[in-house]
Amino acid sequence: MSKIIDGLLYTKDHEWLKVEGTEATVGITDYAQTSLGEIVYVELPVVDDEFSAKEEIANVESVKAASAIYSPVSGTVSEVNEELSDNPELLNKDSYSNFIFKLKDIKMEEDLLDAEAYREYLKTLD
Amino acid sequence: MYSYIPHTFGDEKKMLEAIGVNSIDELFVDLKEGGCLLKDFLNIDEGLSEEEVIRKVKKLAKLNVQGVSFLGAGVYDHIIPSAVTSLSSLPGFVTSYTPYQAEISQGILEAFFEFQTMICSLTSLPVSNATLYDGASAAAEAASLILSSKRSCNEIIVSSTISPFSLECIKTWIKGTGNILVILPEKEGVSDFDVLEGLITNKTAGLMVQTPNKYGFFEDLTGISSIVHSFKGLFAISSDPLSLTLQKSQGQWGSDIAIGDTQSLGVPMAFGGPSAGYMAVSDALMRKIPGRIVGKTFDNQGNTAYVLTLQAREQHIKRERATSNICSNEALISIMNVIYTSQLGFKGMKEAALQSRAKAQYLFEGLKKLSFVSTKNNDFFLEFPIEFDSLERLEKFLFLLKEKGIFGGVRLYSLTKNKEDEKTLLVAVTEKRTKEELDEYLEIVGRLENE
Amino acid sequence: MNSEKLLINNSVKGRSAYKFPPLDVKPAKPVKDCFTRLDEAILPEVSELDLVRHFSKLSSMAFGVDFGFYPLGSCTMKYNPKVNERLASLDGFNNIHPLQDEDTVQGCLKIYYEMIKDLCEISGMDWGTLQPCAGAHGEYTGLKIIRSYFLDKKEEKRNIILIPESAHGTNPASAHMNGFDIRIVKSDERGLVDLDDLKKNLKADVAGIMLTNPNTLGLFEVDILKISKMVHEAGGLLYYDGANMNAIMGKARPRDMGFDVVHFNLHKTFSTPHGGGGPGSGPVLFVEKLKKFVPIPDVVFKDGKYKLDWNIEKSLGKVSSFYGNFLVIVRAYAYILSMGSDGLKSASEHAVLNANYMRVILKKKYKVAYDRICMHEFVLSLQNLKDSTGVSALDISKSLIDRGYHPPTMYFPMIVHEALMFEPTETESLQVMDECCDVILDLYEKAEKTPEELKKSPCKTVIGRVDEVLAARNPVLKG
Repeated sequence: MSKIIDGLLYTKDHEWLKVEGTEATVGITDYAQTSLGEIVYVELPVVDDEFSAKEEIANVESVKAASAIYSPVSGTVSEVNEELSDNPELLNKDSYSNFIFKLKDIKMEEDLLDAEAYREYLKTLD
Repeated sequence: MYSYIPHTFGDEKKMLEAIGVNSIDELFVDLKEGGCLLKDFLNIDEGLSEEEVIRKVKKLAKLNVQGVSFLGAGVYDHIIPSAVTSLSSLPGFVTSYTPYQAEISQGILEAFFEFQTMICSLTSLPVSNATLYDGASAAAEAASLILSSKRSCNEIIVSSTISPFSLECIKTWIKGTGNILVILPEKEGVSDFDVLEGLITNKTAGLMVQTPNKYGFFEDLTGISSIVHSFKGLFAISSDPLSLTLQKSQGQWGSDIAIGDTQSLGVPMAFGGPSAGYMAVSDALMRKIPGRIVGKTFDNQGNTAYVLTLQAREQHIKRERATSNICSNEALISIMNVIYTSQLGFKGMKEAALQSRAKAQYLFEGLKKLSFVSTKNNDFFLEFPIEFDSLERLEKFLFLLKEKGIFGGVRLYSLTKNKEDEKTLLVAVTEKRTKEELDEYLEIVGRLENE
Repeated sequence: MNSEKLLINNSVKGRSAYKFPPLDVKPAKPVKDCFTRLDEAILPEVSELDLVRHFSKLSSMAFGVDFGFYPLGSCTMKYNPKVNERLASLDGFNNIHPLQDEDTVQGCLKIYYEMIKDLCEISGMDWGTLQPCAGAHGEYTGLKIIRSYFLDKKEEKRNIILIPESAHGTNPASAHMNGFDIRIVKSDERGLVDLDDLKKNLKADVAGIMLTNPNTLGLFEVDILKISKMVHEAGGLLYYDGANMNAIMGKARPRDMGFDVVHFNLHKTFSTPHGGGGPGSGPVLFVEKLKKFVPIPDVVFKDGKYKLDWNIEKSLGKVSSFYGNFLVIVRAYAYILSMGSDGLKSASEHAVLNANYMRVILKKKYKVAYDRICMHEFVLSLQNLKDSTGVSALDISKSLIDRGYHPPTMYFPMIVHEALMFEPTETESLQVMDECCDVILDLYEKAEKTPEELKKSPCKTVIGRVDEVLAARNPVLKG
């Protein structure tokens, strides 16, 4: 069973986000990292770049797959997890304690799911 | 009895029985149902025997005229060592598929790895792919790479002195993509870098130049990479790989992307194809470079092993998000290239380059003396333009040479379609030309002085 | 057994493998300092014998069609006739420069012209170009023709290409390269294009649909006439991916099915060798109304001579330096001469016969996805085997290597789980297929009895399974 953490918000593209005021911390869920397999590369966004919601913002690659990460909300990139450049496998180890990027000045979206809704969504997939 | 189809009637009978049908026609029932089944034979002649095919095709080859070639513009009549031809014809190389099954393809993968190593060595850049289709399409791929790497930019500056074929391929690619091609004009036969900064906007993604350029002239790229990098743009340089033995490599000029055509590394002219394009990039572009790439790793016993890697960039994984759709490339040509560069080594390649340059200079000095021809002072690799006083003179020049089996040069107009290039001829000389051939050339055209 | 050392690691300073004739003119003036290369590039220094042994060894660590059975689905690994190699090496072709005067290259131009005509006859199209250097290159070119068509008609809003979910990855990538977005059309329970889903997707923004027929499952789209009618009525065009043409030469023509643009893979259907991944050739053929967009130069026959026509007002431009991979075209041309209309038809008939034969033999143990009469290829799904024994399509493939065969295509198309796609081609005999099928059936039993063994394979090759994760995480891309 995929690990899901309560208190976080989720998207149908298997991203999680932690919202604090006008800032969000974003990563991929356990389901995403399992589907990808062993992750070999993470393409991080550039700090200070602005993105709209649903815009492609990052990429996570394994040997046989490449997954685009879409910005769950609009905002400006404030920080990226540089550790993932040298150790992309951290996302396989624990995809929740290893964020990918942070956004500031965000505008919330309506289609974000809470933990329960995401759990239900996962059930419909397999 | 059909060529290459081994089935006997007995075989067919057994197979049809096993499948549970009475005839091969029954296997095409879906075509019938779909309303697509052809009733008649195709309007193509019946199949010929091997001997008849040889006769027919040899006759066609004889319709072509071979000559002493002073033609260039991207394809050159260089010496090709025998070992290049014979080794690249080995069936293990020729009849293999793409090496997806690494365990049975180590030979091919290693050959590609050696090709990549060679390209990195020549270009002084750390990452190379295992070929693109040719130099012109490589230029289009480089333009695409530059534009897709810069998120908010949609303009690319390209010098007008790059090969007209490369420019045409870029123009073709860029149509309908929403990107804008900005041309850097030329002055005195080279890129006019004085006006470069005036062309840069906040939408410029990068710059592409070529040296030796379309006229065969070396371009001085001192300081250009600093200009491009000052606005975080990407800098691409296209070069004939043989010229890299003499001139600064793309990496040494500070570029991010190096491209070109590998025809001058052991590939026959063959009416323009097949050849191969090469692309090498900086580390920062490693995950974006198009084309197949071979990497070194280990197997489950700890042995060194080679494998196609970074496949997540490619079409079979990224699909519509891939920056390029390239699948089959020019693999066997890369094997010819790496055999050539391995056989000659840097010293041998430099000798081919220097001999070409020496002979081109010899011919140039001779042609300069002609009263009806004007030349430029730019330094060139092995190709140079000469301008005639009239179109009639240019045509008579070529005609006299052709009568003696010499192809004297490429009409620049045929490349650029610019009226002002009508009286210019592009002459290329390689290490293959002998002093006798050069002297004969000069003697024949010298006769025009008396007219 | 260790793999062959890199040639550069076998170098000895000062060794040389080639002697040029002595320079017979004055040495070249040195290049200006500001242009001069700053170092000597590191390249091998070996003797000619070292060179020959090295590359001979490398060529033996490969698996070609010349060595064994190669049932790679979707690749058409048929025999590469030796006469084609002989003809492609003629001096009368190799020593010709592409920019020679037209009257000196009539042989080359005639081959081009006749080749386009032959391919038009095979496809039913009106004209074509041989400029693309590979199938994907042909797709790029063909889609650019479609793009040009709608831009010319001022229908820029048509920026969607429909693609079936079973399509090859080059299809959406080629569409994207031309500035199109894509929409996926689902397959129905037959494995064919779902007509209802197609109807839903045929909106006013559709420029066209890319299809291959038979599709990537080896099944013929029986509704193709309905499909082409629907797409044309919606104002779109149809693109035919010719990768699977080996199933229907002389039996059906893309034009008759309603297609407007076609590309062929000469290195698949027309027997030219794969060369480890190229050179190939991807000719594009099209209907009359699209002729005005042909890449420059076109080849024409006028006043008894073949000429290159550069004056094509609405041409899409160029996709490669010159006219295409000429020596590849020579091989395919010779192949068509050898086969003729009767031979090409027989080739497709026997390709389909062979595929169906292997299908019925292998289905004794394996599950065939969409088990009915197939065309030139078929797909097995090993999901059941994986669930019950843990042995996957990958494991069976690697075990086949130990038994002397090249594996089939793995994990494609993506709509079948644990897929293995087989395409024997018509050049394989009953005996070869019987022996191979025996081995594949035996592997099924081994999977049930000793699955661990299969998971360790291959064991008889130079190297075992490679660490692809390491290769992608810490790339080492040069020596």
